[in-house]
Formats: sequence, C-alpha cells, structure tokens
Amino acid sequence: MARHPILPPRQDYAMVTAEVADVAHNPVIRRRWWLAMAAAVPLVVAFLASTGLLFWLGTGVWGINIPVNWGLAIINTVWWVGIGHAGTLISSLLLLMGEGWRNSLNRFAEAMTLFAATMAGLFPILHLGRPELFYWNFPIPSTFGVWPQFRSPLAWDFFSFVSYVLVSLAFWYVGMIPDLATLRDRSTGAAKAVYGALALGWRGSAVHWARWRQAYLGIAAAAFHLVISVHSGVAMLFAGGPIPGWHTTIFPPYFVLGAVFSGFAVVIMLAIGLRTAFRLAPLITMRHLDILGRLLLATGLLTLYAYLADAFHAWYSGDSYEIRTLLDRVGGEYAWSAWTAVTLNFGAIQLLWWRRPRRSQAVLFLAGLSVAAGMWFERYMLVVSGLYRDYLPSAWHTYDATLWEWLLFAGTGGVFVVLFLLFARWLPMVSIFEVKEELERRG
Amino acid sequence: MFCLLAEFATHHQLREAARAAHRDGYSRVDAYSPFPVEGLAEDLGFTEDRVPWLTFLGGVAGAAATLFIQWWANVVDYPINVGGRPLAAWPAFLFPSFEVGTLWAVLAAAIGMLVMNGLPGGGHPLLRFEAFHLATDDKFFLAILADDPRFDEAATRRFLEDLGAEGIWEVPP
Repeated sequence: MARHPILPPRQDYAMVTAEVADVAHNPVIRRRWWLAMAAAVPLVVAFLASTGLLFWLGTGVWGINIPVNWGLAIINTVWWVGIGHAGTLISSLLLLMGEGWRNSLNRFAEAMTLFAATMAGLFPILHLGRPELFYWNFPIPSTFGVWPQFRSPLAWDFFSFVSYVLVSLAFWYVGMIPDLATLRDRSTGAAKAVYGALALGWRGSAVHWARWRQAYLGIAAAAFHLVISVHSGVAMLFAGGPIPGWHTTIFPPYFVLGAVFSGFAVVIMLAIGLRTAFRLAPLITMRHLDILGRLLLATGLLTLYAYLADAFHAWYSGDSYEIRTLLDRVGGEYAWSAWTAVTLNFGAIQLLWWRRPRRSQAVLFLAGLSVAAGMWFERYMLVVSGLYRDYLPSAWHTYDATLWEWLLFAGTGGVFVVLFLLFARWLPMVSIFEVKEELERRG
Repeated sequence: MFCLLAEFATHHQLREAARAAHRDGYSRVDAYSPFPVEGLAEDLGFTEDRVPWLTFLGGVAGAAATLFIQWWANVVDYPINVGGRPLAAWPAFLFPSFEVGTLWAVLAAAIGMLVMNGLPGGGHPLLRFEAFHLATDDKFFLAILADDPRFDEAATRRFLEDLGAEGIWEVPP
C-alpha cells in the first residue's frame, strides 16, 4: 500500500502562509468558531459560579471530608497536567530527535500544554481552605520566620508546576515570534500594531535565526525532562505518604506513561477538530493522524503494563493493607471507576493495531475521547479507592462529589476550550515557518 | 540610504549570494529568510556559541540558587527535626532545584537570544520598506549596508545583479 506523504505534494511557501494566516478570514470557519464559542461560554459561567460559591462558603460545598480529603480537585489536577505532557513531548523531545513531522503539530500541542497546565494549577489553589494565601509556598522572607518545608512533595510540586507553566509559555512564545512577524506583515491597522509589538521587530535575519535556533534547541534540551519529572513529582505526592495503594515505587513511571497516553488522546481530538472545522487538512495530514494513532496504542500498552505491575507488586508485597486496597479497587464500593478506566483506556485503542481504523477520523476521535475519559476514571480510582478505607474500620467513609465539584470540572473544560478558540482565532495554530522548513527538507 | 536590498527566489541562491558577498570582502551584510536556513549565518561569518553557554550557566545558577535557599531555610534558619533524620540530606532538595534550574536555563536562552539580537527593536528601516514584507512569507533577501567600507552604489548594484537577484532596491534610512 502506498504510504501517505507527511505533507501533500505541490505546496509552496506562500500557500503554507496563507493556509495558516488566512483561516480567520473565512466566513464558514468564522461561523463554526462562533458556534464552538457559544457552546463553551456557558461552561465558563459554570466555572465562575462554582469558584465564586467556593470562595464565599469554603470547601464545605464540596463532598470531601476525612478520610477522602482529596476529591475531584486533585483528580482534575492530575488529569489536566497529564494531558499537557504530550505537548511537551511533541515540541521538545521530537525536535531534539529531528522528527520533522512534528512541525505541523507542535504549535497547537504547546498551546494545549499551556492551557491544560494552567487549569491543573488552579485546582490545588482552590482546594486550599484559604486560597488567597497560596503564595506562602514561595520562600518569602517574612515576619513569621517560617519557611516552606522543602522536603515535602507538596513543595516540590508547587515549584514544578510554576516552572512548567512558565517554561511552556516561554517555549511557545519563542517558537511563535517568527510567525507573529509573518502575521504582522500580512495585516493592517490595529492588528498590525498588535502583531508588530508581539513580534518584537523580528525580520528573519540570518544571524538572528542562528541565535534563535541555538536558543530553541537549548530550551528543548533543558525542558524535555519536564515530560518525565513533572508527573513524577505528582506521583510522589501520592507515593510519599504511607497510604496503601499509593506507597509504591512504580508510581512515577506509572503516572508518566498514563499522562503521555492521555495527552496523545487529546492531541488527536484537537488535530481532528482543527483539520475538519478549520480546514487545516493540507498541513495536518492523515499521515500525522496515523502516527498519532500508533503513539496512542504504544503508550496505551505501556500504561496497561504499569497497571499490571502495580497490581502484581501489591500482591507480591504480602502486605495485608496493600492487598485489601487492591481488592477494594477491583471489587469495592468504587470498582466501577476501575473497570470503566480499564474498559475505556484499553478497549477502543485495540482497533489501532490496523491501518484502516488509524486512517479513519471518526474512529480515531472516538478512541481519543475514550482514552481521555478513561484516564480521568483512572485518577478517580487511584484517589478515592486509595483513601475511603483508612487503616481503622471506624474511620471508613465514602465520598461523593457534589454538584459544585462537577460544575467546576466542567467549567475548567469550558475555560480550556475558550482559551484554545481564542488562540485558534488570533494566533498561528500551525507553525508556519517550521512547515516551510519541513517542505524544504523534503524537497 | 540604509542599504541595497536584493531579492532571491530560493534559499540556494541566497546562500550563494551570501557566500559571494562574504568572499568579496563585504562585512556589513545580512541575509533574510522566512525560515531558518542551515548554514546561512555561517556563510556570513557567524561563529558564536554564546547562547548555548548562557543557557547552561542559567540552569546551573538557578539550580544552585534554589539549592541554597532550601538549605538555608530548612537547615540553618528554621530546622525541623523529623524523626531524627539528617537535616542537610541533599536528595530531598533536589527536585525543586532541578525544576527551577530548568526554568532559569529556559529564561536565559530566551532573553539572551533576544538581547543579543537587539530585540525588541522597532523602527528598523527594512520593516518600513514595503517590498521587504515577503521576507516573512516566501522570498529571500540579501542586504548590503551603506556603511560597509567596500560599499559603492554602482559597483555593489552590479555585484548583486551578477548574482542573479530578481529585484534590487535602495532602502531609505
């Protein structure tokens, strides 16, 4: 069977510029954009209402209590930040490995990373009883004379989240400067002034490009470990405490694999959305989707291995509390979350062993949706079934999320979609100059 | 006049022109392309590696500073005895040092690159020149600056014509 090319033949540089830069001027696409915006804005209202009530009344509006003191807030944090990792992997690791096909995907995947990591960062702050004091995590010299306890994974994660968001922003922006100059040179009036200010006077000078290239590769080399380290830090937040079902050394790799898996699922959904709704099919091709499908399958199988290793170690430890938690997970009060996770995560992706489903947008999109949902249920299983049975039966208590927790979760989805739509409308969704570079390399 | 600006259709032609100008002894030359062209800056005599060093030093400085703050806060200024464990057990402080070191490396690379490139810098004569706008789309340009000691309007124009330029303009300052 003939292999689909990464980029269709007979494209020239000017076509690439127009395909990305002029999307926003097409009336059909504009209508679709407004429809998507109209669907997302009610969720933003839900976000504002649920955080507003939370600030007014406190965390009592949520269902969390002892022993399940980490509810949807922490589940959502882990889910959102995990999604971001596929973007970092595409933008930095694949750049260093010289995988040119990433050049059609990195820009919107980085935007996804930035917005997802921002959503993730909100939840731990909202989860604080006094969210306005979150800055106490910074080592600020103060009259109290106390400092953060830096040996705690809680402090580690504060620094890794802050670094991750800022690094993602810097990488995204540095990579976008040349494209902002392209938009500046194609626009007029106020838009020209805004793009001109953002492009910082970029003019494509050879020496500027050479230093830019050094900086871009340097940033990628410095930052690619974030794919592994940030989620390992999240995992140590769990593994660091003496909680049966959490206190295990498999957790960092287990979390990292699942994170990249869920991230590829969302990248697939966004890629299909962009190429159909925004007509980016000449730049994001079936071959890209095929590669993403394979990566989803591969990371899914790795995640499955991590599940099995986790269960094996619980049994092999011989620790009665560990084994009890394992049995609670597969047969207890919250067994539904474990089995939903397993089904959604590893069912649909089995289709991706074959080429035909990998070349079907509908199948791929549904597989991505299934995995994104499945990975959320996995985190529900990990958090809730790890906590609801404490060491002493007298302390056992179940957890049910309240309406406000669900609204907050849906609300962050809405904020994410609105941010992504604003990005799609005003900024280059695909890296214009990197696609040209790839065209040039392929002759 | 700020410079003579020559337009080329491909990056191969631009590289040849850049090499020819460098060989011919022009020192105030710059080339412009819509995407990074491998080797083009080196054709113009670019040999520097300050940005990678700055990135590395930024990372080391960030990690060292974070390690120091943690040590000073948790060991010197406010020691907490947790089960008799040694206070200055450095692996416990590694994670924030690593992450903040990364952040400093990235910021050093980004800010250093911009500062060395003289950016942000608006009001460059070329940015005001209409024909130059295709430099961010699909055309390739070579500029020989008027303050080049070898610059001679007629001779330089002939030199650029001989290189096969598709268009040559005088760019006002």
